[in-house]
Amino acid sequence: MPEPIPAPQDRRMTLSFFVAGLIFLVVIPLLNVLPSEDAWFQVSDFRLNQFGKFLAFAILALGLDLIWGYCGVLSLGQGVFFGLGAYCMGMYLALQIGSESVYGSELPDFMVWTQVKELPLFWYPFKSFWGGFFGALLVPVLFATLFGFLAFRSRIKGVYFAIITQALAFAAWLVFNRNETRLGGTNGLTDFKQLLGFRLSDPSTQRGLYLVTVLALGAAYLLCRYIVASRAGKVLVAIRDSESRVTFSGYTPWVYKLFVFVVAAGLAGLAGMLYVPQVGIITPAQIGVLPSLEVVIWVAVGGRGTLIGAIVGAVAVNYGRSVLTNYFPEAWPFILGGLFVIVVTMFPDGLIGMLRKVRERLKAPSAPVSKAEGGTAA
Amino acid sequence: MTDGDRILTCEHVIVDYDGFKALNNCNFSVHYNELRVVIGPNGAGKTTLLDVICGKTPPTSGTILFGNGISLVGKNAEDITKLGVGRKFQAPSIYGNLSVWQNLDLSVKRASKGVFPTLVGKSTPAERERISEVLETIGLTEHAHARAGSLSHGQKQWLEIGMVILQEPSLLLVDEPVAGMSDKETEQTGQLLMTLAEKQAIVVIEHDMDFVRQIANIVTVLAEGTVICEGTVEHVQADEHVREIYLGRAKVAH
Repeated sequence: MPEPIPAPQDRRMTLSFFVAGLIFLVVIPLLNVLPSEDAWFQVSDFRLNQFGKFLAFAILALGLDLIWGYCGVLSLGQGVFFGLGAYCMGMYLALQIGSESVYGSELPDFMVWTQVKELPLFWYPFKSFWGGFFGALLVPVLFATLFGFLAFRSRIKGVYFAIITQALAFAAWLVFNRNETRLGGTNGLTDFKQLLGFRLSDPSTQRGLYLVTVLALGAAYLLCRYIVASRAGKVLVAIRDSESRVTFSGYTPWVYKLFVFVVAAGLAGLAGMLYVPQVGIITPAQIGVLPSLEVVIWVAVGGRGTLIGAIVGAVAVNYGRSVLTNYFPEAWPFILGGLFVIVVTMFPDGLIGMLRKVRERLKAPSAPVSKAEGGTAA
Repeated sequence: MTDGDRILTCEHVIVDYDGFKALNNCNFSVHYNELRVVIGPNGAGKTTLLDVICGKTPPTSGTILFGNGISLVGKNAEDITKLGVGRKFQAPSIYGNLSVWQNLDLSVKRASKGVFPTLVGKSTPAERERISEVLETIGLTEHAHARAGSLSHGQKQWLEIGMVILQEPSLLLVDEPVAGMSDKETEQTGQLLMTLAEKQAIVVIEHDMDFVRQIANIVTVLAEGTVICEGTVEHVQADEHVREIYLGRAKVAH
């Protein structure tokens, strides 16, 4: 009787996971703390903080990879869920500013200049950290449940779903831009001072946030890995390959899509929550159509349907942006667009796909024909 | 025969696509453990007949009773599948990016196919045993871990048949299983279907008359959405009306 799951890669994957954990949790923070400022291998506070931001983006990308890479449902609205998470945490941080604000009022600055006299009711839960924390996870999850239920139950699929989610991103951008929404309008929420009593300007706080982000990314990765390795994960791929067959095997595809859409929204909320204190600002510009599209590019560049590709893509593209915008600030959108076109047309499996191909090439001459390839030949 | 022997009874079924009646007052029934072949010219409504039975297409009117008189009209495809109707599509419909084993594993009949049981569920030894048996039956044991998308056309057809078998349907609907197969593969598929018919009722749509002669006891001829003749292969081939439809048209075409 053949083994149900061939698992030659599992041990190597666990090993790489621990090596990556060691590098991100120990080596990089040590390189930030130990060497003197001018050592070439020193990781500056700026770099560490920036890296923390990229890793938060990686969590966002993981969610999209789950729904798009595995289940084949393209969502162009992930920025909305990211934004909901970010704003929830941002509201907590804004209320923590207290009397340190420019106007010395207990209310956030924007409320003072937009003549809001009293804290709006929906701001009250965010007076506590746990309000911000659970809000950042639950608001995106509940919103995705409602939106996903309506969309998937009505059997909205493929390009139609992509268009609807893009419209959602645009609508959210419009709503968050309005002063009447009481979320700071175009300027968003910023000028944060402290988180749970830790000063955000303090490098050690930022180091802590970086470490929390690494741990969150690790947990998010393990969650996604568990899902895709389970039978439900196979159902997701099956839906992508042949949705009608899934139906005629007794599964209800829309429920699976809803599930994975909600998980992706929760991850996006988590990413937003981690992003805000590290970057220090959240504005509607972070949640609209363009930021949502960028997530798609990260995943495509890294290689979809691999999980690790989403992480690699998010970090690589954002690092590329930070380097290239120094030299050619105007050209970045064209570079990003060009990159997307090149990847989609020439390297559909992204960076990870390229690496795998190279590795297979290197192995090919010595290794015997694998079982799978034997099957192809027959 | 009495109604009690019937696993499927379709009466006065009409499928109306904006005035075009794909099925027009169609009456069709199948007995337990019967291997029934449905033939008919293109556009006769053969595939539509399978579609209304398995819940892919809702009938405009008519009754469809399954097993002990359970009405299938108005039920969705997932529920009809759970009642025990399996469907094999014309074009191989498999999960190309999963392995052959995973394709079969997803298809195994289980108590619940909801998200959470599926998320934590592990296959039991009995299920693995059953999958291995089916792999043997469909001749894909050696390819258990191959990507299903890399199989040949005939192997994909068999894989899909295997997937449907694992659902343990009491009625199996098979749409043109041998299209695009070599003679040898066709022969083997015929053997496979005849073996399966010992345990369950099967409805096969087919064009290939040699194949029909190999497997059929009773043949139903469908034309313009309605049953025009039913009987043994010889009986059907001798029928004037059937000859008219098949041969008559050919004569006109000459």
